[in-house]
Amino acid sequence: MSVLSALSTRDTGSRKTRWTPGRLALLAVALLLTLVWLLPLAWAVATSLKPEAETTQTPLAWIGSEITFEAYAKVWETGDLQRWFLNSAFISVMTTLLTVLSCAMAAYGFTRTQFRGKKLLYGLVLAGIMVPPQVLMAPLFVEMVQLGLVDTYWGVILPQVAEPAMVFILVKFFEAVPRELEESAFVDGAGRWRVFFTIVLPLSRPVLAAVAIFVFIMSWNNFLWPFLVTTDPNGMTLPVGLTNVQSSFGVRYAQIMASLVLAALPLLVIFTLFQRQIVRGVAHTGLAGQ
Amino acid sequence: MTTAATTPASTAAPARAPAAAPAGIRRPWTEHGLLFVAPFLLIYAGFLLWPLLSGLWMSFTDADITARGSTFTGLDNYTEALSDPDVWASLWNTVWFTVLSTIPLVLLGLLLALLANELKVVQWLWRLSWFAPFMLPSGVVCLLFLNMIYQPEFGLADQLFAVFGLHPDIGWLTDERYAMLSIAATTVWWTVGFNFLLYLAALQSIPAHLYEAAELDGAGPWQRLKHITLPMLRRTTVLVLVLQLLASLKIFDQVYLMTGGGPDDSTRVVLQYVYQQGFTGYRIGYASAVSYIFFAMILIVSLMRPWLSRRRAEEAAR
Repeated sequence: MSVLSALSTRDTGSRKTRWTPGRLALLAVALLLTLVWLLPLAWAVATSLKPEAETTQTPLAWIGSEITFEAYAKVWETGDLQRWFLNSAFISVMTTLLTVLSCAMAAYGFTRTQFRGKKLLYGLVLAGIMVPPQVLMAPLFVEMVQLGLVDTYWGVILPQVAEPAMVFILVKFFEAVPRELEESAFVDGAGRWRVFFTIVLPLSRPVLAAVAIFVFIMSWNNFLWPFLVTTDPNGMTLPVGLTNVQSSFGVRYAQIMASLVLAALPLLVIFTLFQRQIVRGVAHTGLAGQ
Repeated sequence: MTTAATTPASTAAPARAPAAAPAGIRRPWTEHGLLFVAPFLLIYAGFLLWPLLSGLWMSFTDADITARGSTFTGLDNYTEALSDPDVWASLWNTVWFTVLSTIPLVLLGLLLALLANELKVVQWLWRLSWFAPFMLPSGVVCLLFLNMIYQPEFGLADQLFAVFGLHPDIGWLTDERYAMLSIAATTVWWTVGFNFLLYLAALQSIPAHLYEAAELDGAGPWQRLKHITLPMLRRTTVLVLVLQLLASLKIFDQVYLMTGGGPDDSTRVVLQYVYQQGFTGYRIGYASAVSYIFFAMILIVSLMRPWLSRRRAEEAAR
């Protein structure tokens, strides 16, 4: 996919940048838009650092009479955020592992093996790409009630693993991989499973990483399904638990903002660390995945 | 699943190579196929296909949340839904939100990508500020806008107006005329980064020699934009547009978290209505019927993409 190669090349400095008035004007527009985009986040941070009594003051003030971490301390003491964070981490990691493994195996099976009904089954998987998960919310919930999986980790995880778009992406990838490497291993007597785990998977590391990052972010941020299937605050994921903060803190705006900042932090750290991979993964998988 | 009749005679070796193959080389392509596919298919069948079918069945029944002891009611749910003014209102609200959000999300995504691509400097800054919000969970975004942006007086929106001496006195989320606009604005802020990235990738894959040739022919920046950049982006635009329409039609989080469908149901979108019917009204059968009507809308939009690209191809062929 050309998108992938385009993003992997670094910002090309082929043409010299000369600062003509036109370009300066563009830069001004870009900086203004950047400011608009950063303001809400800055406002959340600013509010979280104010004393509670000053959060609703009206002449615009970015800094209160003092900078205090009191709101953070209060939020931390309750322990809720930490618990939701751990729930989210477990659920997202498991979802990612299971999705990547099961989708990679399925995609490999569809591209490299023959069995009865293969085309029919693959067609069935592809058709699933068009099904928005939101359509399933009522019947899936009833199913979870019947299976006794409401308020369990598996109840949150399993429906997120059934992600046919990822199979499609990986099928496209495997189709483009030459068979020679595998063939020579077969001739050397390796079995199909050994070839898959020791040759195919390591070879596919970049695309698997792209899929994994995408699945992880989607799972971490998923709201509707975890929200429906967890009623016990102790089992909630971070995005779902946050909505409880509203009611439990009342109108303590500094504390609400502190919770939001703490909840946003892990993702922003991940983003700054893996910016390039994430940008590539989103552009690559996002295309086929939605 | 034993639908042997439909199995296409495949090009590769016979389905099961006999143990005594002449050269002693096994036919590895044919082995363990189903085992590779099975784990995914089990989960897929259990948690996508099954609820899809059982939801379809429930939409013809009066099922409640336990789905026990429901009776078949034929098309009753569908006829009720199609004559339910609330369904029509929520469908309209969904379409309205889709229009309000899609237009700025596509155009602004393009504009931001053009800016970043043209300026070439501090790419990390553009990516960070325009794409980072996309990484945040809906809860973070919505609670931030609900509590500290759209609040009257001390919310950032009113505070910024006040800096310029303006006091618009608008109930951003509490006035029917503005609530949907405010939700759309939040959505633009939150998700424009995705379209920005898709456009940026497309821009960076336009061959540089096209621009060099145009420059030699004396084309100015506007002409280059009009005759090279925009035509080269047409395929991406179809893609971005369809993806955005699908994403906007599926809106739920922002409405549920910021207005709960209010004020006076003015922001109640389809999925919010499905949620209310199914999970607070416990009418799972009815909620499923409305879901399937919504599903039909989504399918129509999904099928627009091949249709749009085919039309483009026909135009090009002329």
